[in-house]
Amino acid sequence: MIRAAGLTKAYGDFLAVAGIDFHVERGESFGILGPNGAGKSTTMRMVGATLERTSGDLTILGMDPSREGPTIRAHLGSVPQQDNLDTELTVAENLYTYGRYFGLPRSYLRPKIDELLAFAQLEDKRTAKVDALSGGMKRRLTIARGLVNDPSILLLDEPTTGLDPQARHVLWDRLFRLKEAGVTLVITTHYMDEAEQLCDRLVVMDHGSVVAEGAPLDLIRDHSSREVVEVRFGSDRNAEVAAQLGGVGERREILPDRILVYTDEGERDLQEIVARGFMPVTSLVRRASLEDVFLRLTGRSLADE
Amino acid sequence: MLITEYRLRNMWKWRSAIIAFGLGNPVLYLASVGLGVGALVNANSPDGIEGVPYLVFLAPALLATAAIQGGMDEVTFPTLAGFIWNRLFFAMRATSVTGGQIADGVLLASAVRVLFTTVVYWLVLWAFGAVEWTSALPLVVVSTVAGICWAAFMLAVAANVTDDGGFLSLVGRVVIMPMFLFSGTFYPLSSLPLAVQWIGWISPLWHATELGRWLSYGAPLPAWRAALSIAYLLGMGIAGVVVARRRFERRLTS
Repeated sequence: MIRAAGLTKAYGDFLAVAGIDFHVERGESFGILGPNGAGKSTTMRMVGATLERTSGDLTILGMDPSREGPTIRAHLGSVPQQDNLDTELTVAENLYTYGRYFGLPRSYLRPKIDELLAFAQLEDKRTAKVDALSGGMKRRLTIARGLVNDPSILLLDEPTTGLDPQARHVLWDRLFRLKEAGVTLVITTHYMDEAEQLCDRLVVMDHGSVVAEGAPLDLIRDHSSREVVEVRFGSDRNAEVAAQLGGVGERREILPDRILVYTDEGERDLQEIVARGFMPVTSLVRRASLEDVFLRLTGRSLADE
Repeated sequence: MLITEYRLRNMWKWRSAIIAFGLGNPVLYLASVGLGVGALVNANSPDGIEGVPYLVFLAPALLATAAIQGGMDEVTFPTLAGFIWNRLFFAMRATSVTGGQIADGVLLASAVRVLFTTVVYWLVLWAFGAVEWTSALPLVVVSTVAGICWAAFMLAVAANVTDDGGFLSLVGRVVIMPMFLFSGTFYPLSSLPLAVQWIGWISPLWHATELGRWLSYGAPLPAWRAALSIAYLLGMGIAGVVVARRRFERRLTS
């Protein structure tokens, strides 16, 4: 469906996207994970044929977006990072006008709008002005709008950024349904839990480059231990204690606010730390996540930026 | 065309304001300036201005002003909204339309508004006896064309605005107001000192007004001057369209 090779976007001397390779297959849910400024949105806009690439090859649905932009866009659904709904129109009118931009006829749009409102759980908001909607509802409407042309690929740029946990879960549920219905999804996110939940396969981006690629579980297995012990001793003592934890776990990572111990036996190692006479302020044993993968690959945490 | 459809739908929401403005503006101007000032002018010079009553002299200028103002409103506000306020143009550009088509659509919708405004304005002028009915077609056409050309020019300008910090009020004060005052709207441009007459020469309003007076009551206008005015207006319009299309597409893809 999508194939990128050496894809690059430069703004002057700055390489926002520095020659990346990836491909997305039909029906797949593909993620681009990375911190803010990694080049995720820039990549997304090039894939959405709304941003010209500087160099490299990009094929979407077998076409070159520089030459067949309008045709490609007719088969894409796009959910931008920033909602750009028409606030002067009602919920249903937003879907209608957007559908009209694709040149879709009224006879197609009328039943389609009912279907989309049901999907977005906005049936009772049909005639409400967009301004009256909550953040989560606006996001669902933007996603519904992106589906108005029955796209082959739906592009979601940070779909849940800025939403409260409950609204995120509602949205994830909707995206799962799309995935089940066989829609190809491309999702950028800086939430590792989102990437783990929604993506079959993902690339991890940092500073415009791809630093890892694979299925979430494979990435975790390849780049991290099975479990992680998080212990906090207070920001001034963490480094001091860490220096004396040699031999505990496979590997240790010292962050400003906590120490991470990578291990296959979390509980055992936590006991070992306590046995050495260090009493953590708080401690936690958890499964390794993509956050750990990112930390391992870049030396920074996703939330750093 | 699809963008025009959207813009017209949006305008439809403002229909009462547009109609009220379209009717109220000429009625107020004609009653106050046309009749009030006109009475004073006519009393002092029984032959009127350029041999016609003041109201007749004023009418083509007011018509051109309304066209230019209406056309501008319908390109500047939506363009700033589309790029900055609600970023709607970015949403449109994510569908199968191109940036150039969005520019065309906004301008075309503005043209509809200009035509509507001009027709209504002409009817009011006619009701006040300020124009002959035979002037309907030429006057409406020349004012509408002037309004659209100015709208195209302003579309290109607005497409380059990246920070709306008072852009519209600045244009209102620095461009529209002087244009209105120094384009021979209320008196012949030739009665101004030469030092400020140039404001009129570069003003599309003056060109539209000159053409309008010639078409309305046969004010003397050499053929070369008429041709120059038409060329000036059309040139401004064509340049505006070319720049706006390019600028829209570039801005929506970078």
